[in-house]
Amino acid sequence: MSTSSADAATFDPSRRYKLHPDLALRPERFGALLYHYGTRRLTFLKSPQLTAIVRDIGDYPSVDAALDAHEIEPGRRPALLRALATLESSEVISVN
Amino acid sequence: MSTDTASPELRNHFKHGLDAPICLTWEVTYGCNLACAHCLSSSGKRDPRELSTEECRHLIDELARMQVFYVNVGGGEPLVRRDFLDLVDHAVERKVGVKFSTNGALITPQAARRIAATDYLDVQISIDGATPETNDPVRGRGSYAMARRGMDRLAQAGFGPFKISVVMTRHNIPELDALERIASDYGAQLRITRLRPSGRGASVWDELHPTAAQQRELYEWLVARPDVLTGDSFFHLSALGEPLPGLNLCGAGRVVCLVDPVGDVYACPFVLHDEFLAGNIRDGGGFEQVWRRSELFAELREPQSAGACASCGLYDKCQGGCMAAKFFTGMPLDGPDPECVLGHGELELVKVAAGDRPLVDPGHSKKRLREGH
Repeated sequence: MSTSSADAATFDPSRRYKLHPDLALRPERFGALLYHYGTRRLTFLKSPQLTAIVRDIGDYPSVDAALDAHEIEPGRRPALLRALATLESSEVISVN
Repeated sequence: MSTDTASPELRNHFKHGLDAPICLTWEVTYGCNLACAHCLSSSGKRDPRELSTEECRHLIDELARMQVFYVNVGGGEPLVRRDFLDLVDHAVERKVGVKFSTNGALITPQAARRIAATDYLDVQISIDGATPETNDPVRGRGSYAMARRGMDRLAQAGFGPFKISVVMTRHNIPELDALERIASDYGAQLRITRLRPSGRGASVWDELHPTAAQQRELYEWLVARPDVLTGDSFFHLSALGEPLPGLNLCGAGRVVCLVDPVGDVYACPFVLHDEFLAGNIRDGGGFEQVWRRSELFAELREPQSAGACASCGLYDKCQGGCMAAKFFTGMPLDGPDPECVLGHGELELVKVAAGDRPLVDPGHSKKRLREGH
C-alpha cells in the first residue's frame, strides 16, 4: 500500500475512528480480506496485528488509545499509523 | 473486481487456498436465448436438474455464512430464470453482492427499474464488438442491437455505471478505442476479458484468439488504462513488462471456483470438464464441504511445478498462464500457456496432434457444434 501527503494531512490519530459502515472484514491466516460494498473494492490487510487494531478501532476514543490497548511498541507505531492513514483514504476506516 | 496488486507473500497465501473463495462464479441456468460461438458453458437449453429456487436460496445462505462478499452470476442467461431477481434480493439482503452478466435481451423497462432499485447489484452487458458487423458473427444475428437496447434501458432507469463486457478476439482488438467510447457515452465501465478455448470456444479459438502482435498492443493499451476492468484475466500478459493490476495468479480451486446450474463445483469458470469437477453441492455437505474437502482442490493447493517454464526468467510474472487455456488446447498443464508472450506456447501448440485435444461435450447447445474445427 502507498501513502500520500494527502492521507497524512487528514488522518488524525488523536480522533476516534470506526470501520466504515459499508465495509466487511473477513479474517484470514495472513490478516484479513476487506470488501467495501460502496466502492466494490477488495483490500487485503497483510498482518494479523493490523487486523486486530482495525477490527475494534471503534471501541477506543482515539487511534492512539487503540494502539496503547494493543500494546504496540513505539518502534512499530509509525508504520501502523501510515497503514491506517492509507486505510482512511480508501474508506476502510473513517472518523467517527 | 478492483483489488490491490498482491505482494509475493500474499500471492503465496492465495496459492495454498483460503477457507472460503474470494469470489465465486455461479452459473444459474444453462438456458439462453443466444448461442454465442465461444460460450464457456456451451449453454442453450435449460437442464431439468437445475437447482430449485429453494436450493439456490440455501446456497446463498451458505455463502453468506462463509462471508463470500459477492458472486459473479452468469449462465446461460440469468434472466431466463423467472426467480432470478428474487434470488438477487435474497442475496443482497444477506450482504452477498451480485454481479451479473447478461446479453441484455430480457432487460425490459420494468426489469431495468427493478434492477436500478437494488443495492449491491452490478450488471454487465456483453457485446463482442463495437459494431453489429463485428459482434453478430460471434454472438448471433441481432444480438448487438439487443444488447444496446438493454444498455439504453438501464441508462433510462438511472441504474448508474453498469459495465460493458467484451471478450477480446482477433476481430475486435482494433475496436478497443471505439468500445471505450461506447462505454464512456453511457457513463459505463469497460470490462474486457480473455477468450478461452473452453466450452464451444474450443471450436473457434484457433480462428478467433488474438495474434501475438495484438496481444502486445492489448497489453500496452491496458497499461495506459488502469481503470479498465479485466477480471484479472490477462495475467499471462504481465510477462511483457510491469504487472497488470490484480492478483496475477491462477486462482482455480484456491481463491475462486464455479458452481454450475446443476450444483456441480468446478475449479474455475473456464474448466467445465470432468477433469476439474470437485463435487456437487447436493452431495450432503453443501458447498462448504466441496470447497474445503475436495481432493481436486487439495491437489491444486499443493505447490505446483513450473515444469517446462522453470528455466524461464519471466515465470514469476506470468505464473505459466491459464490452466484452462492449456488444458483445452491439449497442452501439458506444467508447460507454457498457448498464448505465452515469448512464443513458447505456439511452438508447443504445433506439436499437439489434432486428436490430442480433450473432447468437448456439446453440453446444452441447441445445435450440434460446428463441423470442421
